[in-house]
Amino acid sequence: MKKKLGSQSIRFEQPPIITSTATIVGPMEGEGLLANFFDYVMADNINNYASWEKCESYMIEWAIRKAVEKDNSTLENVDYILAGDLLNQLMATHFAMRSLGRPFLGLYGACSTLAESMLIGSTLLDGGFAEKIAIAVSSHHDAAERQYRFPTEMGVQRPPISQWTVTGSGSAILSAMGEGPRVTTATVGRVIDLGIKDPNVMGPAMAPAAADTLLCHLNDTGRTPDYYDMIYTGDLGKVGKQLVIDLMQEKGINVSANYEDCGCMVYREEQDAHSGASGCASSGIVFASYLYPLLKKGDLKKILLIGTGSLHSPTSYQQKESIPCIAHAVSIEQ
Amino acid sequence: MAGNQKQEKSEEQYQKKVDQVTPKPPLLKNLLWAFVVGGLICTLGQFILNYFVDLGLSKKDAAGAAGAVLIFLSAFFTGLGVYDELGKRAGAGSIVPITGFANSIVAPAMEFKREGYVFGIGAKMFVIAGPVLVYGMLTAFIIGLLHWLLH
Repeated sequence: MKKKLGSQSIRFEQPPIITSTATIVGPMEGEGLLANFFDYVMADNINNYASWEKCESYMIEWAIRKAVEKDNSTLENVDYILAGDLLNQLMATHFAMRSLGRPFLGLYGACSTLAESMLIGSTLLDGGFAEKIAIAVSSHHDAAERQYRFPTEMGVQRPPISQWTVTGSGSAILSAMGEGPRVTTATVGRVIDLGIKDPNVMGPAMAPAAADTLLCHLNDTGRTPDYYDMIYTGDLGKVGKQLVIDLMQEKGINVSANYEDCGCMVYREEQDAHSGASGCASSGIVFASYLYPLLKKGDLKKILLIGTGSLHSPTSYQQKESIPCIAHAVSIEQ
Repeated sequence: MAGNQKQEKSEEQYQKKVDQVTPKPPLLKNLLWAFVVGGLICTLGQFILNYFVDLGLSKKDAAGAAGAVLIFLSAFFTGLGVYDELGKRAGAGSIVPITGFANSIVAPAMEFKREGYVFGIGAKMFVIAGPVLVYGMLTAFIIGLLHWLLH
């Protein structure tokens, strides 16, 4: 049977099961809206390591080991690890993989990496190429700041539209067998660029990509938004979220009733994160700590998770290029 | 190239839409913070300057000494992780005075210490302040040249 659905989507014949998840976060996330849901909150953003990057590497390794432990299995049972982060050459991920010693495929989809790894992992499982796959993503506020923006101790004023990169890592175990919510369909996004150049304005830059993938997913599957209990985007923040609602409205589809953005679910207003959270770990920690338990309990039955990534680099914006963006969607059902 | 025009048009429309929903910075609050903090830094500088003049330094020497003290204070508070908290609120109020310039040199020096003394501190220290120095010197050179030609 053909598993491709419509122009950009996939229907899994034997939907893979998400059998466990794990999260680790920094102190600011630990004081945020999801404070009670994380597996581990670090006391500070460096956790006694020599650099922000090493700390990020530790987080992703910790999250994978913890998810394997919660799955009651061992690393030897993991056929592949699919993971990625935001740093140049996937530094955090690659250094974590040295000690994990499992077959590994590195992914870069910027902040869409969770959805991307879930999509590819599910494809490998449904194809019969694996029994168990670990997926993980991480981001680190300070490591991202120094790479993309300013040194962390610079006294700069952030505009209200800017978002705060999450310090944390989320991971999940996808299995061919077991109990739990299943990844049923997925939609592979296209790169969309509507000409936004300011790297502070990432939510609005990514919103058209999210809307494009969502529209495509609905067309390919023949579903309407109310098929899902909730539709989540990865890290568009308050402004990007509003833009997705507006863009969908223009196409005659109303998503305002059951749509939320993970970037709006991490920080409290008074934490000064401005427009919300961003980074691979935005969707990573929200899914792994909060959405997954709700799906497992049955409080949420069907969700669509749309990972959103802005694919610019420090070089590209210095050369005055606009921000190409991507969004991948996975539907997770009980 | 109808495709390009169409793309440009949709980019323009989208930019307009984004501008509509983009939250505006709290202008009055930011202005007040910048005014008060910038003013306080300058007042502090004046106190230090007066103190050095009282000690018997010439006006020119006292200005140099006061600048050095302000630079030291800014570097010190950058090191303690306080200056960026101030800058977050005061904006230009803490960037424009000489203390902001010191912060922009000390912050990258701290940040890139992990890459070592040569490729880290040495190479990255002026990553923010460098352009100011380059174009400051260039401007000084051009003005100097004009002065020389006109007199």
